[in-house]
Amino acid sequence: MVEKNQLSPDVKEKLKQEYLKGWRLALRKSIPVKERMKIPRQKMPEREPEERNRDFCEVNLGLAEEAARKEAARCLDCANPQCVLGCPVRIDIPTFIKLIEKGDFIQSARKIKETNSLPAICGRVCPQESQCEALCNLKKATGVPVAIGNLERFVSDYERLHGEVYIPPPAPATGHKVAVLGAGPAGLTVAGELVKKGHQVTVFEALHVAGGVLVYGIPEFRLPKGILEAEVDYLKKLGVEFRMNFVVGLTATLDDLRQEGYEAFFIGTGAGLPNFMRIPGENLIGVYSANEYLTRVNLMRAYAFPEYDTPVFRGKRAAVIGGGNVAMDAVRTAKRLGAEEATIVYRRSRKEMPAREEEIKHAEEEGIKFHFLTAPIRYLGDDCYRVRAMECIQMELGEPDSSGRRRPVPIPGSEFTMEVDLVVVAIGQSPNPLIPQTTPELKVGKWGNVEVDWETMATSVEGVYAGGDIIRGGATVILAMGDGRIAAREIDNYLNSLENR
Amino acid sequence: MAEIIKRERLVPNIHCVEIEAPEIARKCQPGQFIIVMPDEKGERIPLTVADWDRESGTVTCVFLVVGTSTHKLSFLQAGDEIPVVVGPLGRPTKIEKLNTVMVIGGCYGIGAIYPLARAYKNLGSKVLTLIDVKADYLFYWKEKFEEVSDEIFVSSRDYVYDCQGYVPQILKKILRERKQKINRVYASGCTYLLYTCAQATQPARIETIVALNPIMVDGTGMCGACRVTVGGKTKFACVDGPDFDGHQVDWEELFARRKSYFDDEIQSLCYWERKTFP
Ligand SMILES: Cc1cc2nc3c(=O)[nH]c(=O)nc-3n(C[C@H](O)[C@H](O)[C@H](O)COP(=O)(O)OP(=O)(O)OC[C@H]3O[C@@H](n4cnc5c(N)ncnc54)[C@H](O)[C@@H]3O)c2cc1C
Ligand code: SF4
Repeated sequence: MVEKNQLSPDVKEKLKQEYLKGWRLALRKSIPVKERMKIPRQKMPEREPEERNRDFCEVNLGLAEEAARKEAARCLDCANPQCVLGCPVRIDIPTFIKLIEKGDFIQSARKIKETNSLPAICGRVCPQESQCEALCNLKKATGVPVAIGNLERFVSDYERLHGEVYIPPPAPATGHKVAVLGAGPAGLTVAGELVKKGHQVTVFEALHVAGGVLVYGIPEFRLPKGILEAEVDYLKKLGVEFRMNFVVGLTATLDDLRQEGYEAFFIGTGAGLPNFMRIPGENLIGVYSANEYLTRVNLMRAYAFPEYDTPVFRGKRAAVIGGGNVAMDAVRTAKRLGAEEATIVYRRSRKEMPAREEEIKHAEEEGIKFHFLTAPIRYLGDDCYRVRAMECIQMELGEPDSSGRRRPVPIPGSEFTMEVDLVVVAIGQSPNPLIPQTTPELKVGKWGNVEVDWETMATSVEGVYAGGDIIRGGATVILAMGDGRIAAREIDNYLNSLENR
Repeated sequence: MAEIIKRERLVPNIHCVEIEAPEIARKCQPGQFIIVMPDEKGERIPLTVADWDRESGTVTCVFLVVGTSTHKLSFLQAGDEIPVVVGPLGRPTKIEKLNTVMVIGGCYGIGAIYPLARAYKNLGSKVLTLIDVKADYLFYWKEKFEEVSDEIFVSSRDYVYDCQGYVPQILKKILRERKQKINRVYASGCTYLLYTCAQATQPARIETIVALNPIMVDGTGMCGACRVTVGGKTKFACVDGPDFDGHQVDWEELFARRKSYFDDEIQSLCYWERKTFP
């Protein structure tokens, strides 16, 4: 992966042009820096923990207009904005924030959309504390960064709720056909970018709803389905065709699609293959992969069983193995489905948990328990083959491993047993193997990830590009989108080059 | 959305449904399955493809009416649409020319083994078909099987056929009495039938392939609901199967996992019945 810790000259130039505009200058001068630094970070209004941990409605309620403008006024509008460096897609953060301060919410939303096609989603699910907000100069000065994510969410919600989503006039048709495989954030981004260039885009998706992890994985209480539906509707209005219930590799292979006239491909099939620990008892009833558990609840709406037909086991004592966003989503789901005790079992300590800070905080408030430095070693079942207990071992942190995090080492003799009747294994996913298996020419790496040239997202097969979790393993929404943008640019170039041949 | 071309009751409690699905029909091979969702609130369930028409672009599945989803399917009429039909899923059954093959089917599995019998027949293998039914009148597609089988055996409990008794006894008897070796046995149907077939062929070590039917959700390898243990290793039936070596399957685990949602299934069906027939 290329580490880009510098802004490219053209991004710098654009930032500078906006920075020097008259209105920006006037706005900067309207409040002295000292005063700005005194404004407290505006708190995201959220529902009470005891109320929200029983249902699936969204936890965060969103900033009100006034609070958003106040928060925006905290931004110092630095000449050298570090936050942009933290954002994988280089949103012009100062400009969109200053447009909020000015009260021009619609322009602000459009500014973000120049580089990020799914801001209402990123505002909710990006790990801001380790990206844009981590580098914010205000953080260096006061310890409390501008709430960039909350503001991003605010303007994009504003735009959607006010029905002012701008639909650009269709570009002249180029006559080129592009197939996008997988309707996750990576695929949706590519589809949106290429349709705007006048290409004919078809998205092929295995499931019956578009959105990838955003729809089957991330729960409603964090990302309401309506937001995603609005994004998909928008793409349909732009002219993107969706072919649902279509498993590329089985329903048709990539080569079949080529025969049908598709000239370029984007593989965005994600990391859908659940990892298990391969310890005894993992196939007992009541032990789920996070994918299965969350799919049953989110995609199939098992929380509304029996009105919806798909059941899910509602445990009283739930344990979720893992410390990432997936684990947080699963454990908070278990709580909402009636678990008296819902516990995270994580082999490192709180500090190493990869989940977003806000999710950890929300989980703690909602009464989730945490067993740190602990790992299961086997599951015990009852006569009916249902899980009834879990044997665990305590860990201590040893030397740092390749990821730089300290490696957990089991402490001999520290085994103990925990009573559980529901276990969700959330220790990660691997790239989806179907397309690599059915496209022999496609080069894959050690973990089954599709290999690409990181500058262009091109795979080893001509005209075939890839991005998102299929090349990275489980990563993030914004990285998937970032890959999608690069791939879209390159696919457009590729299609144009075909004409010159 | 996929259109229902035909839905027909074959025998009491067993129906067949023909669905418009041109891509699936074009690709489908014996042993593969599709996932269907009968309506917007329904569950995703796997159905083995029992026949297809590549020209007209339709696939046919046979199903036993048990839970809510199959009840819903059994009420569909030609022209209705269902929201999800996806496939063909799973690995196609391994088929090569062998001298003699025995295909065994019970309930929905009778439909499921039909394309297999046909494929073996087309390759010139001798096809012995063993059908398990409670009574003669439950044997559907008899004419279709007569076309593709060299011999048909029936295990029924109604004294219409001279083979009485349950499948394993008949299977053992055939294995004992036939001079010609049976090269492979293939079975599809309820888990108990598969299990007893595998047991029956074990002593003679005849290769026995069983089409497993664990609970599934997505059917594409994403969820792992369909985990089965085969030869001591965890496999996903949807992508590694559904066919496995019957002598290697951990049957106890499979029986238990099949019943994971037993109470929920009853609750769901009661809920549906109350709503449908107030
Ligand atoms: C529960 C959960 C919570 C998460 N929380 C966060 C978070 O808070 N913040 C964050 O940034 N990231 C989070 N992530 C990670 C993030 O969702 C992923 O990195 C991102 O969705 C990857 O996008 P993608 O487009 O590459 O793939 P996906 O979103 O996985 O989409 C791939 C799509 O391709 C489809 N597909 C697969 N195979 C085929 C095929 N053969 N043919 C057709 N279609 C196919 C799949 O059905 C799926 O719809 C979370 C992940 C999970 C599981
Ligand atoms: S997309 Fe993510 S990283 Fe970029 S500004 Fe928004 S919240 Fe920050």
